[in-house]
Amino acid sequence: MEPDVRSDAAMAHTHVRMSYLDALVQAQLEEMDRDQRVVLLGEDVAAHGVTRLIERFGKSRIWSTPISEGSFTGLGIGAAINGLRPIVDLAGASFVYLASDQIINQASKLQYMTGGQIDIPIVFRCCMYCLGSEAAQHADRPYPLFMNVPGLKIISPTSAADIKGLMKSAIRDGDPVLVFEDTRLWPVVGDVPVDPNHLIPIGQADVKREGRDVTVVAIAGAILPTMEAVDALGKESISVEVIDPRTLKPLDDRTIMTSVAKTGRLVIVENAHRVCNVGSEIAAVIAEQAFHFLKRPILRLSAPDIHVPFSPSLEKDFYPTKDHIVAAVRRLI
Amino acid sequence: MTGTHRSHGHPIGKGARLDALMAELMGKVSGICKGRGGSMHLADQSVGIISESGIVGGGIPLATGCAFSAKLRGSDQVSLCFFGDGAVNQGTFHESLNMASLWKLPVIYLCENNGYAMITSVAESHGQPDIAIRATGYGMPGATVDGQDVRAVFEAAAQAVTRARAGGGPTLIVANTYRFDEHNVGLITPGPPYRSADEVEAFIRDRDPIRLYRAVLLGEGASERSLSAMEEEVREAVKQAVEFGLQSPMPHPKTLPHFIFSSPPSNDGVSDTHKGICSNGA
Ligand SMILES: Cc1ncc(C[n+]2csc(CCOP(=O)(O)OP(=O)(O)O)c2C)c(N)n1
Ligand SMILES: [Mg+2]
Repeated sequence: MEPDVRSDAAMAHTHVRMSYLDALVQAQLEEMDRDQRVVLLGEDVAAHGVTRLIERFGKSRIWSTPISEGSFTGLGIGAAINGLRPIVDLAGASFVYLASDQIINQASKLQYMTGGQIDIPIVFRCCMYCLGSEAAQHADRPYPLFMNVPGLKIISPTSAADIKGLMKSAIRDGDPVLVFEDTRLWPVVGDVPVDPNHLIPIGQADVKREGRDVTVVAIAGAILPTMEAVDALGKESISVEVIDPRTLKPLDDRTIMTSVAKTGRLVIVENAHRVCNVGSEIAAVIAEQAFHFLKRPILRLSAPDIHVPFSPSLEKDFYPTKDHIVAAVRRLI
Repeated sequence: MTGTHRSHGHPIGKGARLDALMAELMGKVSGICKGRGGSMHLADQSVGIISESGIVGGGIPLATGCAFSAKLRGSDQVSLCFFGDGAVNQGTFHESLNMASLWKLPVIYLCENNGYAMITSVAESHGQPDIAIRATGYGMPGATVDGQDVRAVFEAAAQAVTRARAGGGPTLIVANTYRFDEHNVGLITPGPPYRSADEVEAFIRDRDPIRLYRAVLLGEGASERSLSAMEEEVREAVKQAVEFGLQSPMPHPKTLPHFIFSSPPSNDGVSDTHKGICSNGA
């Protein structure tokens, strides 16, 4: 991915280079320092890169749970209702299904059903694995399911600076926030603001690359092949504008529409399955509200409506690749 | 039978084809699940293995359902459900054991208690670490056996089968065992070690079930030669299975949409527009 282009000297004091995963841990560390009510719950937490947090905060703030996703998620929700601000680490995003009853039927609804009496400040972490032969029960990208639920906020940042700023906003938020991380982004290094109040508002997209000809909206891990494709297309003098929504709900329609007004062409790239995914929502919104800007039909690239296969030969081209994206953009020119 | 992410051996015990199991681990088209399931999901319906769940606790209701069906159909089938010590903290365990007890279902819940779920010990995750006595709460017998002792496991299982076939309902068996390697091969966990090297070494040295049973057989008069011949036979079978896997082709990308439905609504089960990466079908 393209690093932020700012002068090195100016950044030396204000930023530090770190990986996406380190930035995520740093965000939690700073927020746990700032607010005693923030606690972390999850299975085998020590195995999932938070050793630093355990060393610093000890077991009274970091809780290793039994394998009971449904109930420790509900326990987190109850604790949030009663004065804590839990971060519930569900590890693999495929395990969020076990927690989904509590997230959907309780967390998303109680504020509403109690006429606003109950606040639920809680964060759910869901890590999406792919391209490692995890097979269908460990490789889902279930964020579209949750987009269909009122009362939930959903973030999916793609850079180290963005995960730090958005994770901090999520922890400070008064409502349930789901964080979907593509684990292939964990090692991606970037310049991250050191300011402990570096917050990125939930609901704000970012233009990752400015361009004239085609708008590509890349969701979560799809940013990686998208940036490769955009670099390749640049060599053919095709100028692509890349937008990372960063928040999937609420979606920042404005930023996408502004870009489409400029380019008139839209491709949406993501790794969720085809039917009713983020691309469907963006395509619908653009068709409804910005149809007059479109010079060509909207194209969506996604995983097909098929489960994730184990065999590397089948998984290899399962998600949109650089070549798929290049071909889609060319088709619109 | 239902298994777990760790159930590589169970299908062998049930008589599944070794070569097809090995090919599945390699993601080959000749694999027992055609390369779709892989390492954590070896299923062979032909020998009664309906699934191995990568979702911890995911197989427990399914095994219970198989037993439910067996009972309703009046068959003498008994359902065998494997899971780990970590899985007994899932709601599925409690909810399933209650129904099985309530309806006297022919099912054996076999907990392979290797002391750890990934890096979390039983002591750190169970309010009450004796798993077998949980059975009492559901009104079924619960037995703890030495899982490294082949005959002890066999006897406990045989008793449970007899009981199930006689209409006596489910049994919980906790077989105490140990994980010689990490949770998965190559897994590195940062921070202080979660178990001591001495503990691991002692189990490998003193409690290897194959070596223990070998000693029993020798003590009972089996000849060293016959045992070595048996071991050689197994080694050869594994070698051939590996060879079979290596020789087999990968599934063809065109077959990606296969097996989503048993009765495809159209064209392999997935409509054309949803088959590909791109929304215009290209
Ligand atoms: C629902 C669910 N939660 C978490 C995981 C991640 N996970 C895989 S195996 C495992 C530990 C399972 O422990 P145990 O049941 O004791 O089986 P063992 O691995 O020891 O054989 C965990 C937490 C998972 N696969 N499914
Ligand atoms: Mg275990």
